[in-house]
Amino acid sequence: MTYDPRTLETLRADAAQIVARYPSARSALLPMLHLVQSVDGYVSPDGTAFCAETLELTAAEVSAVATFYSQFKRQPNGKYTLGVCVTSLCGVMGGDAIYERLSEYLAVGNDETTADGLFTLEKIECNAACDYAPVLMVNWEFFDNQTPSSAVQLVEDIRGSRAVRPSRGPDRLATFKEVSRVLAGFEDGHANEGPAAGQPSLEGVDLAARNLWAAPPLPAAGSVRATPATLEGDETK
Amino acid sequence: MSALAPLLTSRWGNERAWTLDAYQRTGGYQALREALRMEPAEVLNTVKDSGLRGRGGAGFPTGVKWSFLPPPDGGPRYLVVNADESEPGTCKDIPLMMADPHSLIEGIIITSYAIGCHHAFIYLRGEVVHVYRRLLNAVTEARRAGLLGSSVMGSGYELELTVHAGAGAYICGEETALLDSLEGRRGQPRLKPPFPAVAGLYARPTVVNNVESIASVPWIIAGGADWWKSMGTEKSTGVGIYSLSGHVVRPGQYEAPLGITMRELLELAGGVRAGHRLKFWMPGGSSTPMFTPEHLDVPLDYDSVVAAGSMLGTRALQCFDETVCVVWAVSRWMDFYAHESCGKCTPCREGTFWLRSVLRRIEAGLGRPEDMQILQDIPNSIVGRAFCPLGDGAPSSLTSSLKFFYDEYVQHIQLGGCPFDHKASYLFEAVTA
Amino acid sequence: MSTPDLVACTIDGIEIEVPKDTLIIRAAEEAGIMIPRFCDHPLLKPVAACRQCLVDVASPAGPEGKLRAFPKPQPACAISVTPGMVVNTQLSSEAAKNAQEQVAELILINHPLDCPICDKGGECPLQNQAMSTGRSVSRFEDKKNTFPKPLALTPQILLDRERCVLCQRCVRFAAQIPGDPFIALQKRGANQQIGRFDPSVLGVAETAGQLADQTAGDIPAICGEPFAGYFAGNIIQICPVGALTSAAYRFRARPFDLVSTETVAEHDSNGSAIRVDYRRGTVLRRLAGDDPSLNQEWISDKDRFAFRWQAAPDRLERPLVRQGDQLVEVSWPEGIRAAVEIFDSATNPAVLPGGRLTLEDAYAYSVFARTVLGTDSVDFRARPSSHEEAQFLAHFVAGAGLGVSLDDLAQAPAVLLAGFEPEDEGGIIFLRLREADTKVYSVAPFASRGLRRLGGKLLRALPGGEASALDALSSAADGPRAEAAAALKGGVIVVGERLASSPGAYTAALAAADRLGARLVWIPRRAGERAAVEAGLLPGLAPAGRSLDALADDVAETVFGGPMGLTPGLDLPGIIAAAQAGSVDAVLMGGLELADLPDPRAASAALNTAKVVALQVRGDSISPWADVILPVAPPQEKAGTFINWEGRLRPFPQVLTSTALSDARVLQVLADQLGFESRIGELATSHQVFGWLGKPSARRAAPAVAPRAPRPLGAGQAVLSTWRYQVDDSAALDGEPYLAASAPAPVARISAVTARAVGVRQGDYLNVSTSGGTITLPVAIDDLPEGVVHLPAKSPGSWTLVTLTATDGDLVGISAAHGPKEVAR
Repeated sequence: MTYDPRTLETLRADAAQIVARYPSARSALLPMLHLVQSVDGYVSPDGTAFCAETLELTAAEVSAVATFYSQFKRQPNGKYTLGVCVTSLCGVMGGDAIYERLSEYLAVGNDETTADGLFTLEKIECNAACDYAPVLMVNWEFFDNQTPSSAVQLVEDIRGSRAVRPSRGPDRLATFKEVSRVLAGFEDGHANEGPAAGQPSLEGVDLAARNLWAAPPLPAAGSVRATPATLEGDETK
Repeated sequence: MSALAPLLTSRWGNERAWTLDAYQRTGGYQALREALRMEPAEVLNTVKDSGLRGRGGAGFPTGVKWSFLPPPDGGPRYLVVNADESEPGTCKDIPLMMADPHSLIEGIIITSYAIGCHHAFIYLRGEVVHVYRRLLNAVTEARRAGLLGSSVMGSGYELELTVHAGAGAYICGEETALLDSLEGRRGQPRLKPPFPAVAGLYARPTVVNNVESIASVPWIIAGGADWWKSMGTEKSTGVGIYSLSGHVVRPGQYEAPLGITMRELLELAGGVRAGHRLKFWMPGGSSTPMFTPEHLDVPLDYDSVVAAGSMLGTRALQCFDETVCVVWAVSRWMDFYAHESCGKCTPCREGTFWLRSVLRRIEAGLGRPEDMQILQDIPNSIVGRAFCPLGDGAPSSLTSSLKFFYDEYVQHIQLGGCPFDHKASYLFEAVTA
Repeated sequence: MSTPDLVACTIDGIEIEVPKDTLIIRAAEEAGIMIPRFCDHPLLKPVAACRQCLVDVASPAGPEGKLRAFPKPQPACAISVTPGMVVNTQLSSEAAKNAQEQVAELILINHPLDCPICDKGGECPLQNQAMSTGRSVSRFEDKKNTFPKPLALTPQILLDRERCVLCQRCVRFAAQIPGDPFIALQKRGANQQIGRFDPSVLGVAETAGQLADQTAGDIPAICGEPFAGYFAGNIIQICPVGALTSAAYRFRARPFDLVSTETVAEHDSNGSAIRVDYRRGTVLRRLAGDDPSLNQEWISDKDRFAFRWQAAPDRLERPLVRQGDQLVEVSWPEGIRAAVEIFDSATNPAVLPGGRLTLEDAYAYSVFARTVLGTDSVDFRARPSSHEEAQFLAHFVAGAGLGVSLDDLAQAPAVLLAGFEPEDEGGIIFLRLREADTKVYSVAPFASRGLRRLGGKLLRALPGGEASALDALSSAADGPRAEAAAALKGGVIVVGERLASSPGAYTAALAAADRLGARLVWIPRRAGERAAVEAGLLPGLAPAGRSLDALADDVAETVFGGPMGLTPGLDLPGIIAAAQAGSVDAVLMGGLELADLPDPRAASAALNTAKVVALQVRGDSISPWADVILPVAPPQEKAGTFINWEGRLRPFPQVLTSTALSDARVLQVLADQLGFESRIGELATSHQVFGWLGKPSARRAAPAVAPRAPRPLGAGQAVLSTWRYQVDDSAALDGEPYLAASAPAPVARISAVTARAVGVRQGDYLNVSTSGGTITLPVAIDDLPEGVVHLPAKSPGSWTLVTLTATDGDLVGISAAHGPKEVAR
């Protein structure tokens, strides 16, 4: 490994915290690979060696895992991953056009990084936000209901260092490395930012409120029973 | 009669809904208090009696699954929540955890108590970082409030909860692959038996349940089994979140008693986008056979959907209007399965690879007449031959589309190209967007 | 009716009873039905991944036991038969046949179908099953996955990824059997492939200025790649397609042109079953044979790959006789005459036959020494040895017949190892111990990588301090020693030849076995040592454990053709000393290397002084000292019998046609020329003698040697721990560079505390010195006791006997070295 002593020391301390979360050390491997990405921007040979040493695995066992999961990168990633969903629904709803426009605009193809190291463009699979289609994930934060021009605007804003805010996420878009550290299980203090939900998530709730639709009231039995929020009228926005 | 019955979604619109404060202000953790007063077996029986069926796709009765655990032997047993929501079209667990993580945690504590688990895990797909923040934060809040840790609510019952982020692999939604992944391995499914109930995480008895299933548990404890069964149908009890997406006016989450029809849901969502009509829809995610307008009145409960030739799956209702080329859509789904096939077994690995090649070629105008036979034969070489349900579900959209839209494939081959204008399907004006 | 342990089921209409838990695929084999398969292997855990073995299965269900069929075909490799189960394979079920054909079609779509240029062609399960189960014409017309070929997984194992069907037998073997997961599945889906961590193959960007092989978690091999273990070659044999091939065998032959002979391997004391394949008089490869009670279907890489030594360039064909400074090739009669002259004029000859002999050859040396040469100065031990060891062997091993077997080891509740490192010194014993549930304890200075992979527990002892550790086994109140003592009741204590360097250790092992109720077994490294003991190749020891001085006349008549009356002979150190002093004036030597003797420099001087007649396969190793060299046959050119450490006879046939003579035949000729009517070479006699094995006469006295007192260490001093690694600079590897390159890279192991004291860190270089010389190796920090340094005994740059004249337990000096030293063989 070629980590400098301070980096190595920090990595070891972080890894120890990760290992402590699990009854068995090997469970720490996925978070540790995220941790490596938070330092190197990808799963580097150094990082592979670090995981192998920490968890007493061979490097082949570590890369077997690292190369199985699509979030683990084999090349240094851009500061921002632009993940355009092109699975059927988002793709059909316009994800394809968004991808093509971004690819043209950035002059990179799938899984390629711009020369300035700022953006990695990626075709991604369904990201569980179909009611917000077409969806663009930037560093795994939701940018909902995108169009080609909104996506290009986003890129321009990032390039111009203008504030960029995910639709449902923190107030400020974090970098790939910062996000990777969160995925390693280290809180970054931004959990309380952003909305609870976007409008599509609330369509049913709102409609029910407008129509005074609700589940049957909870039976009164038992000394303490939960009260469904829906029956408290104005609680739901 | 209420068309919708928001329970799990009911708090999502609340101010700072994700916080412990907001959750407790609306009755949160009251069901846990109730459960801790009960014997674990009583909690388990309540859930069993409620008839709750797994909300992750397979629809196996949740309480029955819990009861498969062998008697305690003094060693650890685990609850693992499957939050790897990745089935194309499925988008209910992610908003639930983002808006209301404590409802999941409350369900986890109650479930863990019922099954004698002292260390539970949430396996969250890694591509939703803000959801992970919310979960980590909620666990921290819960721990500080004494809801997790050495003595839950002062009861003496001990529970640790670890939230684990995956790293991008659809197969990890399969419970044994998820367990291997959680153990730090490649997410490839395990040979069964032994089933997770007997030898799951770290080869110990383990229950794996979907987010929505576990988040339903506090409601069942609060309202009782009979109250839960008063909703839905006889064999599909309670409420469930229906996720509408695609060419509808108001896509989104609609929580309703099981058994509601697509016709009703479409109406609630404002119908298909203006000037267009429904061409086909997926009832339960992309692994379930597609439906057409003729299926609009099928009750969306577990058994009725099966009877009509598909599966309720995750109630991920993806709607496509007449502008959509079915070959294009199916080809994209096959891209997905070929990309996500774990590679363990031959039929899924090679079969999806082959079908992807053929479908891409047909959509690109390079189809050959003999491809039609391949498209019909190869799914039969995967389904019932593959190691796990991923393979079984992979060709569902293809096979069902051949049933309803055979001619569209032939047309592609004869024409040497796609007869549709893809841009017409976009939700924005292709030229000005 | 089924007996309780048997299950009755029906396969393709054939009713069959098989043991409970038998897999369908095995039960079908019992019924003579072959279900096609790729991932299935009887010695690996089922994975049901390839799906080639799908069959129809129905089982009785419900109260009336009505047959209920599984809704879809099931993998025969993963489901055990149950009572009343009805299985229909491809032979009787259209559905099963159809399913198998579907899978066969898919398995071939990404296969290159390059059988005409593939080593496996002709013995390939894929080829065979494609013929039986596949389509004649492929329907796949799209682009196949292709890969550049081939990749070297190890120096001797090559991988053609596009031929691979991803059955995972190789990665499962590596993880499950030796526990060396040097390869794993990489990537996913149709891009999935077998591989090491190789950044260029996986498309991983290199870290600036970093070598990919510097990956922790892996021990580097000499080739610079991660060490793949000593058993990796097995994956070539179990690969059901042509994806894994041997660098040495690749493109050399067609399976159908080879002649195969079942025989026995010569590289360790197991006598593993092997198959030798040759063509036109040249051995081209060796494969594992199948012996369920011994090596199962696995062999070590040394047994598999190291065979070219038998046909090395220095292989002797005609006798050599010293003329002045030179050895000159002569005719056989001239060579024999020269040898006869030496022995005729010798007044005090001695015999050093070496430890690699067959029983027949060993017996010939024994009789030749005692009758023809009239000497009892004979010692087979071409290695560090002791008088205590000779006493132990005579007392406990000689004539004992079958003792503890490998099955016994595997089934024992606990096994204690002393002076024995199973992975390095025991070959496939390591695999059997790993497979078994046996608890393993090791009296050793540190937990080796092998012990850790056995899940074994270390009972720490300083090198040379094994006796005290064994003595302490029962007295400890708690802790691992007490645990081991309790577990060993009915267990086995294994002692290795290394205890010869540890005073009192054999004495202590005998006592411990007695005290704890454990059985005891001696496991030497070399193939011929047990036979040598049984043949009496030690001073005072007659064949079959009979005592030479107490040999009854009738027995002496049988063995030696007459009563004895020899003066007690010298052992190896005695012979060397006496030869150096001039009192031993002629030495008969078998196949041994001076470099293996305890003091190679003294031995060299001694043999320069005495006249030497050597019986050798090859000419290099002793030539400078020999006066007459008579060529003898290597194992593959003669028939014979090894006795393995269990005491089991391992007879083997002559593989190649050859004019080379066995040692016994040469000794017979010499005896004849020397005018003796000895019975050497008469197999009937030796077999009569060996009929006594297992029927020992009165046991000879046990050794009674006290443990060595602890030695204080001066500054810069350390105790040497050392043993031979399984793959090292052994002459057996000559001609096999691929195997040699797969050896673990030599390092000097010391503890962190010792390293600090010396002022070195991991990766720095350490000097290990005696008055004889210095070995310099990179430092590896390991969990050793303070003041102990571990070196490989005969690996590149680390020949402890030659350079240091030191062995296990000796004191050496350690110091920091400046700069790397050229590592040369």
